[in-house]
Amino acid sequence: MTIVDEPRTGSEHGRHHDHNPAADDAARPVGFGRLQRKEDPRFIRGQGNYVDDIVLPGMLHGAILRAPVAHARIVSIDTSEALARPGVRAVITGKDLEPLNLAWIPTLSYDVQSVLVTDKVRFQGQEVAFVIADDRYAARDALESIEVDYEMLPPMIDARRALDPDAPLVRDEMEGRTDNFINDWECGDKAATDAVFANADVVVRQEIVYPRVHPAPMETCGAVADFNPVSGDLTLYETSQAPHAHRTVIAMVAGLPEHKIHIISPDIGGGFGNKVGIYPGYVLAIVGSIVTGKPVKWMEDRSENLMSTSFARDYIMQGEIAATKDGRLLGLRADVLADLGAFNGTAQPTKYPAGFFNLFPGSYTWEAVHGKVTSVYTNKAPGGVAYACSFRVTEASYFVERMIDRLAIELDMDPAELRLKNFIATEQFPYDNKAGFEYDSGQYEMTMRHAMQLAGYEDLRREQAEKRARGELMGIGISFFTEGVGAGPRKHMDILGLGMADGAELRIHPTGKAVVRISVQSQGQAHETTFAQIVSEEIGIPPEDIEVVHGDTDRTPFGLGTYGSRSTPVSGGAVALVTRKVRDKARLIAAAMLETRPEDLEWEKGRWFVKGDPTAGKTIQEIALAAHGTMELPEGVDGNLDAEVTYDPPNLTFSYGAYFCVTDIDKGTGKVTVRRFVAVDDCGTRINPMVIEGQVHGGLTDGVGMALMEIIEFDSDGNCLGGTFMDYLIPTAMEVPDWETGFTVTPSPHHPIGAKGIGESATVGSPAAIVNSVIDALRPLGVTAIDMPCTPSRVWDAMQGRPTAPV
Amino acid sequence: MHVTMTVNGEEVERDIEPRVLLVHFLRENLGLTGTHWGCDTSNCGTCVVQLDGQPVKSCTVLAAMADGHAVRTVEGLDAGGTLDPVQQGFMVEHGLQCGFCTPGMMLTARALLDENPNPTETEIREAISGQICRCTGYATIVRAIQWAAEHPAEAVEKVAQS
Repeated sequence: MTIVDEPRTGSEHGRHHDHNPAADDAARPVGFGRLQRKEDPRFIRGQGNYVDDIVLPGMLHGAILRAPVAHARIVSIDTSEALARPGVRAVITGKDLEPLNLAWIPTLSYDVQSVLVTDKVRFQGQEVAFVIADDRYAARDALESIEVDYEMLPPMIDARRALDPDAPLVRDEMEGRTDNFINDWECGDKAATDAVFANADVVVRQEIVYPRVHPAPMETCGAVADFNPVSGDLTLYETSQAPHAHRTVIAMVAGLPEHKIHIISPDIGGGFGNKVGIYPGYVLAIVGSIVTGKPVKWMEDRSENLMSTSFARDYIMQGEIAATKDGRLLGLRADVLADLGAFNGTAQPTKYPAGFFNLFPGSYTWEAVHGKVTSVYTNKAPGGVAYACSFRVTEASYFVERMIDRLAIELDMDPAELRLKNFIATEQFPYDNKAGFEYDSGQYEMTMRHAMQLAGYEDLRREQAEKRARGELMGIGISFFTEGVGAGPRKHMDILGLGMADGAELRIHPTGKAVVRISVQSQGQAHETTFAQIVSEEIGIPPEDIEVVHGDTDRTPFGLGTYGSRSTPVSGGAVALVTRKVRDKARLIAAAMLETRPEDLEWEKGRWFVKGDPTAGKTIQEIALAAHGTMELPEGVDGNLDAEVTYDPPNLTFSYGAYFCVTDIDKGTGKVTVRRFVAVDDCGTRINPMVIEGQVHGGLTDGVGMALMEIIEFDSDGNCLGGTFMDYLIPTAMEVPDWETGFTVTPSPHHPIGAKGIGESATVGSPAAIVNSVIDALRPLGVTAIDMPCTPSRVWDAMQGRPTAPV
Repeated sequence: MHVTMTVNGEEVERDIEPRVLLVHFLRENLGLTGTHWGCDTSNCGTCVVQLDGQPVKSCTVLAAMADGHAVRTVEGLDAGGTLDPVQQGFMVEHGLQCGFCTPGMMLTARALLDENPNPTETEIREAISGQICRCTGYATIVRAIQWAAEHPAEAVEKVAQS
């Protein structure tokens, strides 16, 4: 598939009054297009099946005692009173796990993490003991009866001081370790970048902090473990975005044979990266079931979710940008300090310890770029990849889009004009971004101009000028992002040595209905609908006749799961290819049925027919029946219409978009209101526009959250200040506008159907547009920078000329 | 203690601990798992049910407080096999993704429309402002409720025919 020559653009703002094709039997739509979701009938009746809905006979309940302090040695733990309480079956501590070799387990980044503390606590909220009781109330009660004697240690909280010689040592259990350094990573060309900066007309420096935030899906993490001591089978119901990867890692960790482990991820109540990691609670549920011989359920509460599971970001970025006087970009430097918390629990591909921060040059041409990321340990919860970020793409995109605006201020140039002047041109693709990635396709200027037109950019600037004349604070913020999603080519990308490919299996039943089995797991993305549409597009069977099976390791082929917007780029490619394989087989059978040669047949959606004689043909349903029937099949053709593939993508897919945000700031309070948000996305071929729009809306709301209210802060003692929804604020319907979305279509040239990932585009692109808008609103007051979240107090400080507090 | 209440039109009675929350009573004692739990602090609203027709957060209501009252959950929206227009609206307008907040959102929407059949967009946003959805960005939820307001009769008829 090649890039379309003619611009294909559109917008989709507001209600859909069109006829719903799915409800009309006569229409029986096939393939791509707006289609109601197949998952909805169960959800709107309250018939979803989430982990906490699972009840097994004799099931017990677990609860975790967590450390109230950030850094302390454990002197003693007394569980006797808890054990004596009614309904308590067992209390497990780190000492009990040591002989099982389960007190520490591997992280997804070749570090280790503690399951239950054996030596010292390394972050507030860390797991100290596990109680198993008859019901959840009894388990919770028993936590109160466990006596722990802590010897306090000075906490390591400020990442900027983590490499000081006198910094408290977080990981003293690691032999020979004397500091909190984790790793350094570099990309680009330092010498060439230095040379460019030395000769540039204009150089601007800016510190940009992307604070710690949390995915906070509405469903917290949990598991039900059911170990059968007779057969040795472990069934684990789990909130997992990657059930196959979890099974392999659990086999390695627990020493259980992989074929005896069955992981079921039922309906997942949102993930956003939060459900990629393997948490101590999952391991404890398994241990609990082995110890008690009964199924054990563990569901964390909201504070446990916010305080202990995978956070995101925490990048302190020093930026420098070099340009000519007239606004031609020359060079870009990024020097980043990454706070990974107490364990390196990120889930990046092995060769990418800073994820895909390689995308920091953004959507522009540069003479040279250089990026460097240094990661450190602190006494905070581990994690670092989560929250719809496509492996640090969010940080990279936010960085470059803030830097571009900072340069526009310096040059007194319109930020839209500065971007248009420096975009990678359509004919330059595939484009080497000078930091290690080859962008596959893009029509940046077309997309930008479409967004400017939808936003009414010139009118907005006129309105802003009028308001400024009246002393009102109105901002117009722009972000133009490029993200690389769909990890990845397996020779370059793996997690714990597992190549990032995905399998798919397709069976056409004798009656022409189909089942497709996929390795990725939906957390709300509508895989049951969109993957059926991919099969439908390729083979002509209506989506309603195609069952999508996912989230169950015994019923699906191996693959690495859903995160980093990889479902459509990787698993979607697998599904398209497996369907083509079936179609090719159907051609052989159809030729035999029609007593002709396969090369004399032509395909139209749902049917092979004889070239030049459209009346002589066989539908896929007829072929399916014949494949399972009594006719003599061609040599080498099995009696079924099934196939399987594993898809190894040749490259990432590079989705992009142009976002415009209009804000108004209350001069009396510093409160920011997002009045309008125009998002134009290009995710290549569009499978289901309704689902795409939903993905974009959700990501934009995440962006408003991060830009204006969400932050996980710590006080100097290491107390987490964002441990409940009273402190960790998430946008409600009152804080977000009615989104205005548009699209352009630039198919990925290497993806089987030309699709690119869309799940995280808006989360990646929107924060910079909002913050740039806030800064733009505050320009008359001399403000050139502000860090997220732009809360009223921080905006007020900026309005008074005070620096905002570092985060 | 002993509690008696009407849940989705049927009288139920159980012996429970006095401290049992309504959300746990519904989910664990009655097996009505359509009502979800999402936070400990009454902020997220995934647990919203109707108590005597008013939306309440069932994580902050004791089951004992519902003694003698009428509770309606998502399982009671789909009355006699006929979908509530709110349920249809959520499907038509893509008002849900992961489905976790959806039952609570729909019960709030139903209570709103019972009281105010033609709400403005602002009134809809205010009505659901005590509830968090992490997936949809709310615009499609607003559209879903507008759809329900505009299609009360048609929706019922359509389902009856099928």
